[in-house]
Amino acid sequence: MTYRLHESERKSHAVNRSEFIRHLAQVLPAESIISQQEALKPYECDGLSAYQQVPWLVVLPDSIEQIQSIMELCYANNIPVVARGAGTGLSGGALPLENGVLLSLARLNRILEIDAVNRTACVQPGVRNASISQQSSRYGLFYAPDPSSQIACTIGGNVAENSGGVHCLKYGLTVHNVLKLKIVTMQGQLVIIGGNALDSAGFDLLAVMTGSEGMLGIVVEVTVKLTPKPDSVCLIQAAFDSIQQASEAVAAIMASGVTPAGLEMMDNASIRAAEQFVHAGYPVDAEAILLCELDGHSSAVVEETGRIQSILKQFKASQVVKADDSEQQQKIWSGRKAAFPAIGQISPDYYCMDGTIPRHQLSTVLEQIQQLSEHYGLAVANVFHAGDGNLHPLILYDANQSGELERAEQLGSDILMCCIESGGTITGEHGVGVEKINAMCAQFSDSEIQQFHRVKSAFDPDGLLNPGKAIPTLNRCAEFGAMHSHQARTHTELERF
Amino acid sequence: MADLSTQFQELIRDAVDTDSRINFIGGGSKAFYGREPQGESIDVAANSGIIDYLPTELVITVRGGTQISEIQTVLDEHNQMLGFEPPCLNEQSTIAGVIAVGLSGSRRPFSGAVRDYILGCKIINGYAEILSFGGTTMKNVAGYDLSRLMAGSMGTLGLMLEMSLKVIPRPEQEATWFIEVATDQVIATMADLLAKSIPFSGMFYDGRRLFYRLSGADDAINQIAESIGGEQLVDHELFWEGVNHHTHDYFQDETPLWRISVPPATQPVSLAGQFAYDWGGALRWLKSEEVDSQVFQVIGDIGGHATLFRHGQHRDAVFQPLPEHLMQIQRRLKHAFDPKGLFNPGRLYPEF
Ligand SMILES: Cc1cc2nc3c(=O)[nH]c(=O)nc-3n(C[C@H](O)[C@H](O)[C@H](O)COP(=O)(O)OP(=O)(O)OC[C@H]3O[C@@H](n4cnc5c(N)ncnc54)[C@H](O)[C@@H]3O)c2cc1C
Repeated sequence: MTYRLHESERKSHAVNRSEFIRHLAQVLPAESIISQQEALKPYECDGLSAYQQVPWLVVLPDSIEQIQSIMELCYANNIPVVARGAGTGLSGGALPLENGVLLSLARLNRILEIDAVNRTACVQPGVRNASISQQSSRYGLFYAPDPSSQIACTIGGNVAENSGGVHCLKYGLTVHNVLKLKIVTMQGQLVIIGGNALDSAGFDLLAVMTGSEGMLGIVVEVTVKLTPKPDSVCLIQAAFDSIQQASEAVAAIMASGVTPAGLEMMDNASIRAAEQFVHAGYPVDAEAILLCELDGHSSAVVEETGRIQSILKQFKASQVVKADDSEQQQKIWSGRKAAFPAIGQISPDYYCMDGTIPRHQLSTVLEQIQQLSEHYGLAVANVFHAGDGNLHPLILYDANQSGELERAEQLGSDILMCCIESGGTITGEHGVGVEKINAMCAQFSDSEIQQFHRVKSAFDPDGLLNPGKAIPTLNRCAEFGAMHSHQARTHTELERF
Repeated sequence: MADLSTQFQELIRDAVDTDSRINFIGGGSKAFYGREPQGESIDVAANSGIIDYLPTELVITVRGGTQISEIQTVLDEHNQMLGFEPPCLNEQSTIAGVIAVGLSGSRRPFSGAVRDYILGCKIINGYAEILSFGGTTMKNVAGYDLSRLMAGSMGTLGLMLEMSLKVIPRPEQEATWFIEVATDQVIATMADLLAKSIPFSGMFYDGRRLFYRLSGADDAINQIAESIGGEQLVDHELFWEGVNHHTHDYFQDETPLWRISVPPATQPVSLAGQFAYDWGGALRWLKSEEVDSQVFQVIGDIGGHATLFRHGQHRDAVFQPLPEHLMQIQRRLKHAFDPKGLFNPGRLYPEF
């Protein structure tokens, strides 16, 4: 459906499109400006395809200077700008504006330098996540954050979303692995944030920029930390008769002193879907499986594997499989990695949530999700980054059935409220975008939201960068609050049926 | 042990109404650090106490005035610790003070900086509002990351009331070995070691000997040390305390002390004085009489930054000067939190 901006989030301007294209043509080659309807269409949405909006214009610069000129022009004409990497974002962060410029970073796709002795890589923002590890592999190094979308998503998008991945439990999120950014501000100024050292002078703007969803500046160059490749890896797959037992085992592993490289959980619905899809060898009658990867120096891995195995037995794992060789490991991981498409095989559509909760709340929240699933009559499969409490409930629905998308969204929003109530957050790694912008009103007070807006103004005083995303206006919250309490009442009525 | 948030809120509201400048004081252990404190001193250490600690969650929530030693004692009981090895220059160091200065100890390159462990915080801003950001979960991307922004802000953005920190289990075993390495060899030696997947948790060079600490199971670390070589250090905990809390011999000196942060494999820097390397070369201490502008220039040129840590002749230029556009954003950010410029004015930069 076409996404509608809240009136309070709209940036209006009266600039004529053809005239603006003529201005742009003075700083960009013609082939870098896209204005034909059919050519604009592929940019109408990101990974959250339920919402669409054909952009006013798309530009494809291939240098920092071009980006500066574009930003200067937009700033001078009060035209809002939305940055786009690969468009794999799952919260609508790169959703275009009907009166704004969509700035694609796709052509800035070069790895500029790999500094092997200092273990850093300096890359352009449109470089794909996986290619950094591929290119640094010959130095025995890799870039640790590994979102499942890593073959497609860009490092600029990763910085904007503070993306995580399976190996972030041990190696940290994007925010822990970025050293330096070059950004272009809305006014067209080039600013260097951070540095080549481990810390930098003044306020920690790297922390603020990472996860800022393209609201503060355009990331035009990124220097990341590289990590030595482990010389040994071991993967353990453990099956459990209940989610509760699996969750207790997770808590025990996390407190044991061993930090797994990854610790993932899947529930029965996901196990079945994945098994049917890729035949990973999962026990389909298990209520939950845990995948626990250990890596590092070989003598350490042997010792840690032994400890993890005994914890799993102590917490009554019904089956424990250890995989030492990479072929076997890949087979086991294939089921987890294909979990989303596997669900896509058993359901016409699915909606992926991203709430994060304190780990000890896991079984309570899962029970609540189960109840909500029954209430709305939509199945939910669960995959989680168990080690850090990041849930990905996948809501199964059929967009062709009238009202199912709305029901899926309502279920999703109720799940987010459960996450907030359990002491967690509405998003662990996918970002707020447009998708969870109303839920922000529930997680933060008006004065906190106002503080976010003030921080944005420090970078982008006129609010022209990605308006309507990530941080709601107080007007929106006032309306959402009214609507939300109304819906809460409707629910109780429904429950009587 | 008390929650003084409402009292502090009153106090800050009064300060805002009367345009009075405030100098927050925690344990007072870093009073020497940064530019000269200004404004009326307010002791914030009394707002202390551990609010919540669930060992299996690996998260502790504390009030800002809680002493580091108290936190460590509680974590110790559950065999856990603060992963950034906070440098405490005396017994009174508080957690808010440690976060405000943003300094991390020898584990930093291996297990992260103080900012990496901040999950959430509650502050009072310059509008006298109590605000919470982040939370207690390991992952959270709702809203801008304003809790990590507090690290290194020198108390200029707000009064830190509470914070939730990630904690880590103590490694099963730790030990330290040392090898004699010549100054012109040490950078290459460290770079070689750090290129491998080895569970290091400290790497320090005193100008003659390279000390490396390993963490993990007993057998594993002994085996690794055997392949690297060197002699095992007795009393190694004391040694790393000395490095982190500045009781090590190197720091017993009244010469101006510089803290220099550079890419780890940077060749020896051409500044006169005596160096010691921590963080596998990424953090360099320098005792030197060089003029500040010279140090800032040389270190800035190699992509690092310098801080006049202590014993400076004066306290005007303590932190690396910032380029104009970056300074402009920082000034506006300060304004976004504290529009009247009342909190720790000038402690970080003269501009705010
Ligand atoms: C199948 C699938 C699996 C996924 N798995 C994971 C996962 O495991 N972990 C995870 O964290 N995420 C995951 N994601 C989400 C997504 O891949 C990440 O959020 C990714 O970082 C987005 O990168 P992108 O280049 O596609 O950015 P886009 O979608 O193009 O943009 C995302 C946001 O970043 C902004 N942006 C992009 N580039 C820049 C720039 N250069 N400067 C400033 N702002 C910019 C955009 O404006 C937008 O707000 C998954 C998505 C899919 C489809």
